[in-house]
Amino acid sequence: MGWFTKTKKTAAKLDSSIREEVWIQCPSCKAHIYKEEWDKNLKVCDRCHFHERLNWQERVDLLLDQDSFSELNAKISWNDPLKFSDSKGPYADKAAENCEKTGMKESVVTGTGKIKGIKVSMAIMDFRFMGGSLASGTGEKILLAAMYAVKYKLPYIIISASGGARMHEGIISLMQMPKTCAALAQLREANLPYISIMTDPTTGGVSASYAMVGDIHIAEPRALIGFAGRRVIEETIKQKLPEDFQTAEYLVDHGFVDMIVHRKDMKEMLYKILKYAGCR
Amino acid sequence: MSLDFEKDVADIEAKIEEFKAKNPEPTGSLVKDLNRLELERVEKLKETYANLTPWQTVQVARHPERPLIRDFINGLFSEFIELHGDRLFGDDHGMIGGFATLENHRIMVIGHQKGRDLDEKIKCNFGQACPEGYRKALRLMKLAEKFHLPIVTFIDTPGAFPGRDAEERGQAEAIARNLLEMFALKTPVIALVTGEGGSGGAIGIGVGDIVLMLSNAVYSVISPEGCASILWRDGSKAGEAANALKITAKSLLQLKIIDEIIPEPLGGAHRNHAATMKATRKTLLKHLNSLAKISPKKLTSRRFEKFAAMGRFK
Repeated sequence: MGWFTKTKKTAAKLDSSIREEVWIQCPSCKAHIYKEEWDKNLKVCDRCHFHERLNWQERVDLLLDQDSFSELNAKISWNDPLKFSDSKGPYADKAAENCEKTGMKESVVTGTGKIKGIKVSMAIMDFRFMGGSLASGTGEKILLAAMYAVKYKLPYIIISASGGARMHEGIISLMQMPKTCAALAQLREANLPYISIMTDPTTGGVSASYAMVGDIHIAEPRALIGFAGRRVIEETIKQKLPEDFQTAEYLVDHGFVDMIVHRKDMKEMLYKILKYAGCR
Repeated sequence: MSLDFEKDVADIEAKIEEFKAKNPEPTGSLVKDLNRLELERVEKLKETYANLTPWQTVQVARHPERPLIRDFINGLFSEFIELHGDRLFGDDHGMIGGFATLENHRIMVIGHQKGRDLDEKIKCNFGQACPEGYRKALRLMKLAEKFHLPIVTFIDTPGAFPGRDAEERGQAEAIARNLLEMFALKTPVIALVTGEGGSGGAIGIGVGDIVLMLSNAVYSVISPEGCASILWRDGSKAGEAANALKITAKSLLQLKIIDEIIPEPLGGAHRNHAATMKATRKTLLKHLNSLAKISPKKLTSRRFEKFAAMGRFK
């Protein structure tokens, strides 16, 4: 039976291709996409437009002019003020593992760069480092990048990607919420633009601080943006929530996000907004 | 109502009640016996409360008879004029505020309302404020600024309300907005954690020039139960989580997150409201007097430096 054999062969080819990582499966619609195409589309599924999470370097490459990025405060790292340990062991070990895994010292990378020639100060969160959690090092870097913008009269952009405040640094993590907002208050006083880009996920202490006080709120399609977790809310109100609850689109409808911008259009949109903000 | 770790104290208190019932007017050696029992009670209380674990402290902070905002208002202020509404949506019973007079100081008071009886508790969402609560707080804080009134906030919340409507009305944005705006307020702010400082729900009115805690209050990024269920995968390990999180007033003072601890009377604030008010009044007056001497410009720059220093380690 010729066509049976053919089908088997194709299936086998597909399997081995996946093994070679030539194919990616969209985490959302499960479509098979050529890895090359996936990367070319900036890790966005061209079938369902699902936006996969990006690391900080990929954000730099996407949004800033080539070779324009200059890192600030690279030496600032995580801290262990509580000497915290849980059932899995010391926080210090977990943090060290995350440093090893990502090459980062904290959940955010900050620096300056240019967007079509316009110089900006930027903070880019990276979910790979402890779920993008907000802790002392994160807060300090975000504050310092904001103060740099104040000093050199630059617009400020924060790209959020976070599960919230990092429990392991306790109350110190919580205080990074007001701390970062203190810096943004200075930025406002200096009349400088602040653009908040919310990516998947932007939750908890991050959504309840710097992410939600931008002059402009831009979100990536279908990004999860919210304060409390879906399960917690469902348990509280004893009701099921709609499918699109806490998505970027839901937030636009409820008045908290200015626009949803596809990854491929993000740089151009930022440039346009910066021009409207009077930046050159 | 006594807490489980107060069992020894409860036993002696029961003995004292029994004794008093049997001997309503004791004389001679009976007086000595009663005094001995009272002394024993005091010693036991001292011992218990000198060695509270963080988890036991949480129980005290959540005690049903602990003073709540209306108790503080009635106990501290000669006048309170409540102000309602956020001018945008509604009036959150979980967050109240208004004009108040503390001796010679006219101030603006804002704080979480947990409610005393069950009906009130339900109306107040057990002190879990909604976006309209934080927005009311902000409106009142800006009003205070306009009228040159110092602000005193009373923090006692398990956390901001995690409801669908709250989420849809921008719970995150409401807290964030307060965090930003509190740094621009050109009037003194004193934040006092009287019971539970529940995470974002607390800090949403917690940006103070001076931050105080009652000695058995707690202040945390997440509840011990929440932390235990995530990091210990077992909600019953709340005791261990409470230890690890360092949520007591003593820890927070050491970590330089708060400025001063207001001592509670022996056996906790719930045992003696009057003494709690006395200690609170004294401390508030001290700070109101010293903050009054600082210019608005210096005030905001000091407030910035205070919070900028949090999380910086040598």
